[in-house]
Amino acid sequence: MARIGVFICWCGENIARNVDVERVATAAGEWPGVRCSLAYKYMCSDPGQSLIREQIRDRQLDAVVVASCSPHMHLRTFRKAAEREGVNPYLVEMANIREHCSWVHSSREEATAKAIDLVRMAVAKVRRDRALEPIRIPVTRRALVIGGGVAGIQAALDIADGGCDVVLVEREPSIGGKMAGLSETFPTLDCSQCILTPRMVDVAQHPRVKLYTYSEVEAVRGYVGNFSVTIRRKARHVDLDKCTGCGQCWNACPSKKSLSEFDFGMGTRTAIYVPFPQAVPARPVIDETACLRFTKGKCGLCAKKCQAGAIRFDDREEHVVEEVGAVVVATGYRLYDIGKRETESRTAGYGEYGYGRYKDVIDTLQFERIVSASGPTGGEIRRPSDGREPKSVVFVSCVGSRDNAKGLSYCSKICCMVVAKHTMLYKHKVHDGQAHVFYMDIRAGGKNYEEFVRRAIEQDGARYHRGRVSKITEENGKLIVRGVDTLAGEPLTIEADLVVLAGAMCPSEGVRELAQKLNVGYDEFGFLSESHPKLRPVETNAAGVFVCGACQGPKDIPEAVAQASAVAGKVLGMFSRDQLAREPEVARIQEATCAACFTCVRACPYGAIEKAEIRDRQGQLVKRTARINPGLCMGCGTCVAVCPSKNVDLEGFSEQQIYAMVESLV
Amino acid sequence: MNAVGSTQYAVGSTEPSAAKQRVSPLPLGEGTETFRPKIVAYVCNWCTYLGADLAGTNRLEYPANVRIIRLPCTGRIDFNLIVKAFEMGADAVLVSGCHPGDCHYTAGNYHARRRWMLFRELLDTLGIETDRVHFTWISAAEGRKWQQVITEITEKTRQLGPYSAYREIVSSQGNGLPSPVGRERGRG
Repeated sequence: MARIGVFICWCGENIARNVDVERVATAAGEWPGVRCSLAYKYMCSDPGQSLIREQIRDRQLDAVVVASCSPHMHLRTFRKAAEREGVNPYLVEMANIREHCSWVHSSREEATAKAIDLVRMAVAKVRRDRALEPIRIPVTRRALVIGGGVAGIQAALDIADGGCDVVLVEREPSIGGKMAGLSETFPTLDCSQCILTPRMVDVAQHPRVKLYTYSEVEAVRGYVGNFSVTIRRKARHVDLDKCTGCGQCWNACPSKKSLSEFDFGMGTRTAIYVPFPQAVPARPVIDETACLRFTKGKCGLCAKKCQAGAIRFDDREEHVVEEVGAVVVATGYRLYDIGKRETESRTAGYGEYGYGRYKDVIDTLQFERIVSASGPTGGEIRRPSDGREPKSVVFVSCVGSRDNAKGLSYCSKICCMVVAKHTMLYKHKVHDGQAHVFYMDIRAGGKNYEEFVRRAIEQDGARYHRGRVSKITEENGKLIVRGVDTLAGEPLTIEADLVVLAGAMCPSEGVRELAQKLNVGYDEFGFLSESHPKLRPVETNAAGVFVCGACQGPKDIPEAVAQASAVAGKVLGMFSRDQLAREPEVARIQEATCAACFTCVRACPYGAIEKAEIRDRQGQLVKRTARINPGLCMGCGTCVAVCPSKNVDLEGFSEQQIYAMVESLV
Repeated sequence: MNAVGSTQYAVGSTEPSAAKQRVSPLPLGEGTETFRPKIVAYVCNWCTYLGADLAGTNRLEYPANVRIIRLPCTGRIDFNLIVKAFEMGADAVLVSGCHPGDCHYTAGNYHARRRWMLFRELLDTLGIETDRVHFTWISAAEGRKWQQVITEITEKTRQLGPYSAYREIVSSQGNGLPSPVGRERGRG
């Protein structure tokens, strides 16, 4: 029989006004197992806690019930107090006689009766509590960062500078992400590459960073502190160790017609190529779909030219396994593909804008390349169709964003600023040109953002028309943009040489599959779900998995970087401990009697239950069973409810305890 | 209330036991104007429990008939618990958790909802009026909703009167209460 102490708090007048605390204490004192039952003015105060500790010592209590406020308020307080006297903290229960009783019932009689019931339930529960030890999990002090854009680079650098090893995985041949392709950044108009490329070099040369480019995460196993990640290194056909990046190969390559991914199709590249001159690593990769050696079985000029002998036509993709303790997802975004690629019919709108049909209708990322000094036009603004300088450019914002009828419901957040920046960059290069903008609202929340938009309008003369574009057609080499100016209240037609559509920000391709591998939730658009939008903005509900950058939601560079540094702080905090301690209130399976139906395996939202086999010493199969991984289990108890044979139970909320609580109500 | 055959309750019913005597139901003020219904509320720790806390913080008064049992998640609530509450003399049972999409554990409340859909069909078979089992979502911000829900359920249950069907079924068997569902695992 447990030796239980019951402590009733007055909470000053808060409880004592409506509940006869002395009567509750007297009633509780009579129940079996209750060795002492006392009321005191403020249990949570120092003297109150001392009283509890003193009683634990004097009466050798091994379980404690405190009847006071909500357990969300003070359960931890009382658990700590009891622990200091050697009572297992999980043998402390609370009865909520304030929020759930004295504050909501005015009849003293009824409130007192209810308080007695609540205390009785807590006593019934604590009697069946088991002493639990926090689950301790070893930590591998090494982080995996998925995605080598600006967010991933920042997270990797911050973690590595903090003294922990980082594995950085990037899908493309070079790190840098979308930011590497931008011309200049708002609101300062400083050169994007000038900011980013030194960081790219830093991360590649950092002794604590292991870089995998042209690689993807294939599988993730394990749990917080102990992930085992399989990385697929795609066949690069170039030996990274031997290659010097001299450029002989791509200068010799006869296959020159492939569209450059880095230029978003605005330029071409060879079959063996580096995506852009400042690529990290500055080593080429062979595109098997374009290389004549692979498509036709001949050529091999690059191998002949290569003095280092780095070309490997027989290179195969390989799998590498890395052990890490935390995973950071920084997979970024792609642009909404304005009616070209979106598979869902609901979001496949905007065919009327002619994107993909008219060469001179492009998106904002393509415009970035045209205006960029390192772009296919060398920074001169020339339209794709005939290479002429456009004298009139129409920018259309919210293409895909904020459109429930044809697009996505959310605001992509950066487009207003991107469009304002583009009108300025355009005006700075084409002085006699005119920029027009069709917009729904101008959302320029941010430091110096509103001023930036005002500058675009007032200094650089961009004409802003509040309204949507209904149709874009091509006539005699001109694009006819038909829209409406809702402020003037009349239709508006503009003849343009170039149209730039500000496509919405969407999560990168493949992010849902990745999220499933990591057990991270995502919303209907594929943006990854943070654990709490305000208080846990970079954690996810999968312990040890963090998110930063645009994979979590549309955001600009400063926000992505801030989030990445936040992640690094969280990861380093986690790595600062030898072991991770977790609440032990998790599910427990009686493996000896488990019928191995695996209903729980299917029901578990965390993938914390696995199919296991019990074998004897000779290795003979004794039986199959479901097995809880305490590192992954979050203690929701869904498995308990679905188990047909009731062989799984939840520590702290066991079947016995809940039944006993209900029974105690009689 | 139609009497229900004993087969539904036949789980381990041979045990004679002191436990059964302990179990004799004692409804408060049964059958009189002073009838105070007993309501058992199974609530999740993260939404409804905090909603009830908020009702307290805002001093929103409601009838004192409800006894809250805190569970981590509505996904933990297996319907044996509801039957158990009736066995122990509850006149109504409330199950309340997070709104769809808000579950602390991602999907527990969806499991609860699915189970509830099935369970409602079973209630009649079990001889429990569906009016006595309530299922709702109350978030941590909905103290007022908690107040309303409890007030309404109490009022409704008061009108329905004490829940005697369970005992009628039992007395028709003539040998005291049937072994409660799930009792067989109450070892130790």
